[in-house]
Amino acid sequence: MSVQEPVDLRCTINGVARELRAAPLRRLLDVLRDDLGLTGTKEGCGEGECGACTVLVNGEPVNSCLVPVCQVDACSVTTIEGSGFEGVQAAFLEHGGAQCGICTPGMIVMTRAWLEERSRLGAAVDLESARKALAGNLCRCTGYAKILTSALAAAAVKP
Amino acid sequence: MQRPRTLEQALEVLARATSSARLLAGGTDLMVEFETGRTHPDVVFDLWGVKELRYVRAENGGLRLGSLSTCRDLLDSALAREGADLLVLAADEVGAEQIKNRATLGGNLGTASPASDLGPVLSVLRARVRLVSLRGEREVSVDDFWTGYRATQRANDELIESVFIPTCPRDERRGFRKVGTRRAQSISKVVVAMALRVDGGVLQGVRSAAGSVAERIVRLSTLERALDGQRPSRALVSDATRDSARVDARPIDDVRSTARYRRATLQRVAEGLILDLAGIEGAH
Ligand SMILES: Cc1cc2nc3c(=O)[nH]c(=O)nc-3n(C[C@H](O)[C@H](O)[C@H](O)COP(=O)(O)OP(=O)(O)OC[C@H]3O[C@@H](n4cnc5c(N)ncnc54)[C@H](O)[C@@H]3O)c2cc1C
Ligand code: FES
Ligand code: FES
Repeated sequence: MSVQEPVDLRCTINGVARELRAAPLRRLLDVLRDDLGLTGTKEGCGEGECGACTVLVNGEPVNSCLVPVCQVDACSVTTIEGSGFEGVQAAFLEHGGAQCGICTPGMIVMTRAWLEERSRLGAAVDLESARKALAGNLCRCTGYAKILTSALAAAAVKP
Repeated sequence: MQRPRTLEQALEVLARATSSARLLAGGTDLMVEFETGRTHPDVVFDLWGVKELRYVRAENGGLRLGSLSTCRDLLDSALAREGADLLVLAADEVGAEQIKNRATLGGNLGTASPASDLGPVLSVLRARVRLVSLRGEREVSVDDFWTGYRATQRANDELIESVFIPTCPRDERRGFRKVGTRRAQSISKVVVAMALRVDGGVLQGVRSAAGSVAERIVRLSTLERALDGQRPSRALVSDATRDSARVDARPIDDVRSTARYRRATLQRVAEGLILDLAGIEGAH
């Protein structure tokens, strides 16, 4: 019953069914990076403030540094290595939304979540909603203008 | 580590819990505590899988919110927007989208942070916390639930099942204001929630609470007493908020200017909020 004792978990990661064995309170971030080699997800602050570690769990954006791996049992996890990011990635490339790249995977995952949310609500994609959606994603390089431009451009290419 | 799937299973494992056991909900507070080594739990009960605690429903005389409801759930619930408008406003202030998707109502209450955004609003809305264990259930007002700095009256074998928000009076005016960011909370954050009625030109039923001005969320009772039954004027509101900031607030006095600054901020925020709610000209 110790918190260190590994547990068996089943989940879908980037569309592939996986069986994992891990200590239940390990951070999803560490399991993705260290056990599964999915190093696209980055660690910035490790305390929920920067959004670099953003992944989708059942389609919802979360900070993987705050999610204990036991909580993704029976869930579907999508990281930047998954499919469906191509349009957003192209927009970030074209509009200079990435410099050093540390924040970029989180920005792109969050931008996709924002676009999907807006289309689910049938709501407009505008600067204000982009800014609010990306408020939990920090960038030390770009000064945000190019990121917001990229996000809005992604809205134009995404159906 | 235990991962109950139903409330009944959760209560059974909790019945044997000691004070070192921790309940885990969305993890946005606890994972940071684990990571920074502030908490070394021997035993953890993960409530995230107890989906029956995640609901919003109308009940006789008000609204019942399951403790596992996230801030996102509250924002998305038409019932909550209708029956707990202030709480939804405050939930929108809790962190970024990624945090809102995991931050639960029960976790916010459980942490009992003096800086909680939900706290002042729950107090003003007369929220009642339902605690359950195998021994039975009880309901306490949220003001009594918090007992001090990050302290609550939850017993080791109890969990927060839900929060009840009584229906607000129809003619009540309500407001919530947050100043400063969480990052900068050590110097500037103050949260104030307020409700009042204006009846024949007189203030009635004034309720107010504030966060980040004491070791716990506090009711501004001095302010409530000074305003109740009075005709609102700029002078009255100015005096009442100044007294309240002096008496009701107990800001930490570590950095010399901080306590004073927080009192001044509390007064300014409370004053603006009352003037707005009472419809007095020249509100800032
Ligand atoms: C980056 C960041 C930004 C944040 N911003 C804000 C903000 O702006 N405003 C704000 O108010 N908060 C903020 N928080 C704090 C946090 O998100 C909230 O307090 C949240 O509501 C906690 O809920 P949780 O489910 O994540 O709690 P957990 O971390 O799972 O648990 C918190 C505590 O509550 C107890 N607990 C949980 N559920 C129950 C239950 N059902 N019964 C009894 N005890 C229980 C746990 O044992 C633990 O002690 C922020 C946190 C982070 C990391
Ligand atoms: S690393 Fe997770 S939010 Fe910063
Ligand atoms: S590109 Fe360097 S942090 Fe954003």
